[in-house]
Amino acid sequence: MTQRIASYPGTALSEEDIERGHVLSVHDQLRADYAWDAGLAIGLYLDGLKAGVILGVRCRRCDRTVVPPRAFCEQCFAPMDAFVPLADVGIVNTFSLCYVTWDVKRIVEPLIPAVIDLDGTSPPAGIMHLLGGVVPDRVHIGMRVRAVWKPARARQGAITDIRYFKPLRRG
Amino acid sequence: MTHPVAIIGVGWSGFRPVTPDVSYKELIYEAAVRAYADAGVDPRRDVDSFVTVSEDFHEGTSIFDEYVPDQIGGAQRPVHTITGDGLHGLAAAVMQILTGRFRVVVVEGHSKASNILTLPHITAYALDPILNRPLQVNPLAVAALEACRYMHESGATREQCGAVVTKNRRNALRNPAAAYGADLRTEDVLASEVVASPLARLEISDHADGAIVIVLADAETARRLSPHPAWIRGIGWANDSPSLESRCWARAVYAERAAAMAYKMAGIGNPVEEIQFAEVDDTYAYKELQHLEALGLCAQGRAGPLTREGATAPDGCLPVNVSGGSLGVGHLLEASGLARVLEVVLQLRGHAGSRQLGDVYTGLAQSWRGVPTTSGAVAVLSNQLGGRES
Ligand SMILES: [Zn+2]
Repeated sequence: MTQRIASYPGTALSEEDIERGHVLSVHDQLRADYAWDAGLAIGLYLDGLKAGVILGVRCRRCDRTVVPPRAFCEQCFAPMDAFVPLADVGIVNTFSLCYVTWDVKRIVEPLIPAVIDLDGTSPPAGIMHLLGGVVPDRVHIGMRVRAVWKPARARQGAITDIRYFKPLRRG
Repeated sequence: MTHPVAIIGVGWSGFRPVTPDVSYKELIYEAAVRAYADAGVDPRRDVDSFVTVSEDFHEGTSIFDEYVPDQIGGAQRPVHTITGDGLHGLAAAVMQILTGRFRVVVVEGHSKASNILTLPHITAYALDPILNRPLQVNPLAVAALEACRYMHESGATREQCGAVVTKNRRNALRNPAAAYGADLRTEDVLASEVVASPLARLEISDHADGAIVIVLADAETARRLSPHPAWIRGIGWANDSPSLESRCWARAVYAERAAAMAYKMAGIGNPVEEIQFAEVDDTYAYKELQHLEALGLCAQGRAGPLTREGATAPDGCLPVNVSGGSLGVGHLLEASGLARVLEVVLQLRGHAGSRQLGDVYTGLAQSWRGVPTTSGAVAVLSNQLGGRES
């Protein structure tokens, strides 16, 4: 303090105030809850998964079968209602060995997201899923894989009704 | 307007309080197929650009604009999304056509409000996080504060607000697409429970699910494709200062400015003379009165008395919200402004069924983005270029 000013205005700020978020930040929490009307096409898809079947849909006009199914063709804009069961076998289109979790924790054994082009789709169309039962270093593009399903009673009509895809041959 | 733009196709699906049978994509697809059939265009061949409107928090998906192309026929094409009302999207589409680089442009808006389980929380998150949100006031109170001041300055009464509700809910009975048609008495409205004074429950529009797709074209294309183009003679949009502390609480300044912009473009000097019918935002009953005054369709303080006298009824001198408005159709989130445009187009074509107005050639559509915003847009449409004389 100088001779002329006995005390400065304001409140003293400590390192702890900053670290604990008492200043310079505001904490708030958004409650954002949503329902999800799956609709006709995705509704049927999830229903199929519960029954252990992967459903695709065929566009007669474009002469192609895609998965997951949709109610309309994004290429020719025609409605699509020719739902077809597909084999739960396909090939790895692309993959990654992922050493961080979705909430950014380091992990030793990688998660292996992959897009799997299912047999019977044309041109090859895939579903996004995980690979398992495989040595990470052996995973390669073009590897043939098959779905490993949850037991029927544990399935809920969800994409996680398939646990993962594993190599047809020992990896 | 030297290079006019016209609406040549409209399509909609809904409007219903819930739509558990379809996904939002399927809802939009249905509206899009109808709009393209109406316009006589193939979206994969004839549409040059697509504009959509949505808010991520209403969709429950970040970067929601990435999810819109497939169901409107916009995959591998120019598509962009505006976080605004559908009328803002319409303005963007008009501008794209005015550049001369696009001949046919599509606008899409939709609501899956039934899927948003915590909508008041989402709306509260639009409030200032430091100055307003800590007070934990329901955002509906922002409308109530405005209604209080508007009624104080304009002299509008609760009975007059109630008359807006009974008119619009009754109009909706003649609109097959409307979700909330009802034959109410003003006493019913006044007797409904007060939610935030002066607003009672029946003065607040309920939400509905639905989708609206509109096809626009330049003059040459419109004349070639459409037997009944609806010309966009003027369009404007504006924001007031949004601060809850210092905004104008009595008047809808954004609507005044947006209207001035649209009227200037349309060459309209006296809107009372030239606008024959209007579809205006009525998210809350008082909003219809406030907006009519802001649009210059009646003098300040006159909207309430005129409504009570029946001047804004379908057989009055200025029919307002013949569609039923948001009170009768259901509030469609970002698609609400497009619902107003849809009705103006149907009326101008003579396609409004049992609610068709006689001999109309110029109508106005106006939107507001809802609490806590101070932004809106206005469009003036005619079924003849240059007004009735041409
Ligand atoms: Zn196709």
